[in-house]
Amino acid sequence: MAVAATGVEVVDLASTPLRELNQRLHDVAGDDPAIRSWRVLNPNGMHAVACGIDAPVEVEIAGHVGYYCAGMNQRATVRVRGNAGTGVAENMMSGTVVVGGNASQAAGATGRGGMLVVHGDAAARCGISMKGVDVVVRGSIGHMSAFMAQRGCLVVCGDAGDALGDSIYEAHLYVRGAVAGLGADCVEKELRENHVAELTALLARAGFDDVDASEFRRYGSARELYNFKVDNAGAY
Amino acid sequence: MEPGLRESFLYDRTIIAEIQRAAREGIYDIRGFGAKRRLPHFDDLLLLGASVSRYPLEGYREKCATDVVLGTRFARKPLELKIPITIAGMSFGALSAPAKEALGRAATELGTATTTGDGGMTEEERQSSKTLVYQLLPSRYGMNPNDLRRADAIEIVVGQGAKPGGGGMLLGHKISDRVAAMRDLPQGIDQRSASRHPDWTGPDDLEIKIMELREITDWEKPVFVKVGATRTYYDVQLAVKAGADAIVVDGMQGGTAATQDVFIEHAGIPTLAATRLAVDALQELDMHREVQLIVSGGIRTGADVAKALALGADAVSIGTGVVIAMGDNSPELDEAYRELGSAAGYYDDWHAGLDPAGISTQDDRLAARLDPAVAARRVANYLRVLTLEAQTLARACGKSHVHNLEPEDLVALTVEAAAMARVPLAGTDWIPGLRG
Repeated sequence: MAVAATGVEVVDLASTPLRELNQRLHDVAGDDPAIRSWRVLNPNGMHAVACGIDAPVEVEIAGHVGYYCAGMNQRATVRVRGNAGTGVAENMMSGTVVVGGNASQAAGATGRGGMLVVHGDAAARCGISMKGVDVVVRGSIGHMSAFMAQRGCLVVCGDAGDALGDSIYEAHLYVRGAVAGLGADCVEKELRENHVAELTALLARAGFDDVDASEFRRYGSARELYNFKVDNAGAY
Repeated sequence: MEPGLRESFLYDRTIIAEIQRAAREGIYDIRGFGAKRRLPHFDDLLLLGASVSRYPLEGYREKCATDVVLGTRFARKPLELKIPITIAGMSFGALSAPAKEALGRAATELGTATTTGDGGMTEEERQSSKTLVYQLLPSRYGMNPNDLRRADAIEIVVGQGAKPGGGGMLLGHKISDRVAAMRDLPQGIDQRSASRHPDWTGPDDLEIKIMELREITDWEKPVFVKVGATRTYYDVQLAVKAGADAIVVDGMQGGTAATQDVFIEHAGIPTLAATRLAVDALQELDMHREVQLIVSGGIRTGADVAKALALGADAVSIGTGVVIAMGDNSPELDEAYRELGSAAGYYDDWHAGLDPAGISTQDDRLAARLDPAVAARRVANYLRVLTLEAQTLARACGKSHVHNLEPEDLVALTVEAAAMARVPLAGTDWIPGLRG
């Protein structure tokens, strides 16, 4: 470990145990920490890197990570310069998580706040059970994405796989490309001005200024299955 | 009943009523409580008190310890409990806030733990509970890292005895503004939770999930894995492999606030059978007592506690029993139950939110009927009685600690119980399936 001349704390996971990295990130206290910038080397697909942070720090991870990177993140900005395994930013509460490459399954699962940005594609179950997080994917997403999505926005600049938004509640889904199929109770809805404004702001926050919000289609809940009626049994 | 009238065994009045109800309503029956059918249970076992061959402890004088430590395998701060009886996970939502508070107070008074549920941790619950187990369920309603850090243990719920393989359910009339806000759901919807965890799918993933939870909480908290009793032997072994500190096995008699009746009565295996399988699995891995086993599902009396411990459990957990202890199904409320089409002793509409006892409701007017201090006193009394009963039986078997009870102290009353618990049929040395 070393503090470089740039003021960046460098932690090399080839020589430092993951436990030590995460403990040091957890020990960062207050709204004005002494060390704000961290750089993590040689993650080599390790799981649970930089999970459970609750501080306004910036963490750059130089390489691919395994499962649950930046899990339950609060306030931190975590950037993965590579691909991320299953459940990146799962249950994140606030802050920003950016994946430079592709994300595996369940990216942003159950997230309750903040923003997850994926520059590549995201696999199946992207935004599953999301509860307020905003997820913006530059590429495409896999099947069963936004399953039981409750709140927040899922923005997909590419295509979406089958059963998008199955059993969706009040999350907003925006897809620019093709949707292979919609899940139960998910329908296409009119893209009105307020939605274009919301989408424009999300794309800007994600740093995708070159994407035109008006090219997207909006999907959401038909709210037909909110209350369990026998006449709807066939929808499941 | 007129002489000559004969009720069908196959189509008895309960079945006839259910067929008529199904034809009328067109939807499966949803209810609370647990399995009502007769199942092999701890009642089918007996303890062998000491005599000439064994020496008893003085029943009213000699010490019989009851303490237990849960989470000794990896956690830096295991749970140290004074009694081996914990309060099972029940959600705020399923139960009213005063009921959750009462359970916390009672558990604290007795030096044991209580557990959150599918809906997150309430402030009342945290404040009233010295030792609180925080559940991580497939829905992740209310899940947040701050509550993880202020919990005393984490319980990953894979399944529940009343509905192994099924997700939670909370019908619209119990989704109050507060419940809806905690779960990020629209008010008044019929909430049907997922049955699979959103970010892991098998034992290898579970191992990584447990590791993540440990990292987030700096390896302080014990991590329990709760399974509904089905393929218990394999589930327990896989949970051990995944890194659990303790395993909760919930038999099919386990209660629920809202589940389909067909699920409650027809899925899973009895607690008795599951206990034996879980102990077998732990012993096979040489992990018995290192990974603690908590058994739940129909634990009602101190005899049930003693027998579960004798079979090898480290602790038991109780849901339905403490709900009844708080005042559910009280004869004093018989008239109110009858107005709801039920009666004291039969009431199981815990899903409906109309509970006159103020326990399984989110109606503030009804919930106000439950005084948390009074309800806590009742639950504490109940837990004391269970402990005293278990100690009484343990002393009679010559044990200075309830954990010294062992399968050799048990015999079975029925062939089924003998086969499931793998103890001999009373008066014989016959264990079906083991020795011919």
